[in-house]
Amino acid sequence: MKKLCVLLVVCGLLVPNLALSVEPVKIGMVTTLSTKAGYLGEEVRDGFKLAIAQEQGKLGGVPVELMVEDDGRDPGKAKQIANRFMKRDDVKIMTGIIFSNVALAVVPKVVRSEVLYISPNAGPSALAGKGCNENYFNVAYQNDNLDEVVGKYVSEAGFKNVYLLAPNYPAGKDHLAGFKRYYTGKISGEVYTKLGQSDYAAEIATLRAAKPDAVFFFLPGGMGINFLKQFSQAGLSKTIPVFGPAFSFDERILGAVGAAALGVKNGSQWSHDLDNPANKQFVAAFKEAYDRTLTLYASQGYEAARLIGSALKSVGGDVDKLDQLRSAVRKADFESVRGKFSFASNQHPIQNIYIREVVEDGKGGYTNQTLKAVFTDHGNAYVDACSMK
Amino acid sequence: MLLVIEQLLNGLQLGVTLFLMSAGLTLIFGIMRVINLAHGSFYMIGAYVAATVAARSGSFLLGLLVALPAAALVGMLVEIVVLRRLYKKDHVDQVLATFGLIMFFNELTRVVWGRQPLFMDVPSWLSGSVELIPGIPYPSYRIAVIGVGLLVAVFLYLMFTRTRIGMQIRAGASNRSMAGALGINIKLLYTLVFGLGTMLAGLAGVMAGPILAVEAGMGESILILTFVVIVIGGIGSVRGAFIGALLVGMIDTLGRAFLPAFFRLFLATAHADGVAASVASMSIYILMAIILVWRPKGLLPAHT
Repeated sequence: MKKLCVLLVVCGLLVPNLALSVEPVKIGMVTTLSTKAGYLGEEVRDGFKLAIAQEQGKLGGVPVELMVEDDGRDPGKAKQIANRFMKRDDVKIMTGIIFSNVALAVVPKVVRSEVLYISPNAGPSALAGKGCNENYFNVAYQNDNLDEVVGKYVSEAGFKNVYLLAPNYPAGKDHLAGFKRYYTGKISGEVYTKLGQSDYAAEIATLRAAKPDAVFFFLPGGMGINFLKQFSQAGLSKTIPVFGPAFSFDERILGAVGAAALGVKNGSQWSHDLDNPANKQFVAAFKEAYDRTLTLYASQGYEAARLIGSALKSVGGDVDKLDQLRSAVRKADFESVRGKFSFASNQHPIQNIYIREVVEDGKGGYTNQTLKAVFTDHGNAYVDACSMK
Repeated sequence: MLLVIEQLLNGLQLGVTLFLMSAGLTLIFGIMRVINLAHGSFYMIGAYVAATVAARSGSFLLGLLVALPAAALVGMLVEIVVLRRLYKKDHVDQVLATFGLIMFFNELTRVVWGRQPLFMDVPSWLSGSVELIPGIPYPSYRIAVIGVGLLVAVFLYLMFTRTRIGMQIRAGASNRSMAGALGINIKLLYTLVFGLGTMLAGLAGVMAGPILAVEAGMGESILILTFVVIVIGGIGSVRGAFIGALLVGMIDTLGRAFLPAFFRLFLATAHADGVAASVASMSIYILMAIILVWRPKGLLPAHT
């Protein structure tokens, strides 16, 4: 009896230790799952989960536990969730934020608290330049990248009089600035519309009167759907070519726009038809797992997970070795679905950026086809403003 | 000059869409004294039902025919289940309850239809454009929207002035207890009025479907404009709503169209565009403020 008691006590003592040694690494994901933009977070989350599922619950051979919370696109709420992750759950790695304004509210405090933050989407200039931090990485892009590529492409294609359109808020102005950085022609008009505007008849009539030879617009989500439909209904899509960053042309939006988006060219760092083994494997696995056409956001979630996996592997899952973990992330030692990938000194990607064209997918729907890489090994404009060298 | 005429047409079209929304809202407020923030939800329901039916059957008209009764039925159901409990309550309770309904309906559409915006096409027989004025092709669908809106305005006018039910509605609006004492079934009347209002919102939603993204939360962007319209027109007055809607549609469209050119006359281009964008988005609220200073009850206040 006594022996049994001793045995039980010993076991009781052992069990928690045992459990502790295999306790998975916690990863906190603050993302947007509700509101109209909820599908963005859904894609990032599902891409991330796919990477974990492919390793049977591990990343880089280390067991992980993904905790997902919805921020409802609300910076205040996102802050609360991040605090809870850090204080209650003792999370050392965070990711997931979709919107730049949310990221600006959350990221500075997170990275100051010695927590690694890997951004799968939002890449505001403030966090790439002066506000850069050694604990902040962006695995997707710097926000301006997808506009810069279009600016360059439009100039190369010989368009000289482009009309610009964006919502009247900071990100809208940033995106147009990104376009203008590499565009060499004349600007036919620059219009800022109300955020969330639904009717663009007035803008379209003014645009027609200005007779530009191309249109560049940044109107994320429903605004882009509205504009494209109305632009096409006004009969302009046949005469004035349309360009934009990928945000208005992901496969989900294309389903709602229909034929009106056909032939539109857009800039993206990823496309489902990029020809490399990692990407082919990823696209097939995603379709198999979720039975839907994937968007660039899914690839970003997947890449975030794979990047974290590569770093966890090199420290053997010990997230308390922050310095080693951080330098492992900086190496970006994983097989990217974008092919060649590395980090610039401000810890934003150096990668190829492509122009894609909206085409019919042969099944009654629409999808993007990669035309060419306009930038190879492209960094970002804020490297010099960042104090990290 | 041609541009001005085209922009006037655009303004008229926006105004007419706003009228469809605000006629229902102002009716409900004028007669039932209920502030219904969920009005945009019925707009959304109309668009969603029409988009679904049109996608399945391939017929826009069938979509319209199913969506209108659907919006009216859901509206009457909401009136019976939720709003009846709120008539005697304070406006704050009504605002809270109907705000809750907005969230309920937005999430419901996400549960039923998913997060992806739906696609709805212009019917093929309206997909072209017409040259009303030589040199300016105007989309036929937008002309159809203007036509439908004006027809509804005529229909409402005739209903209120020429029919028995219209008379009962007006009686209910002026003095509900007296109307009840004269043998009008006020309860039923309220349900019908609410159904009519939501059906008009549903109609606006169907008409907007091919132009706009059909997505959860689409009702809120138009709801604010709708409230501006009924405040300008005089709360409770359908005639006021008509005038208010056209005013708001025109001012908003013309502001967006011509303010940039106006500011470029005396400001640098880049600066002018920014200022014009800000002023244009404020213009209807400035209009509302001016009208409220001049006529605190709106342009054509209902007889209260």
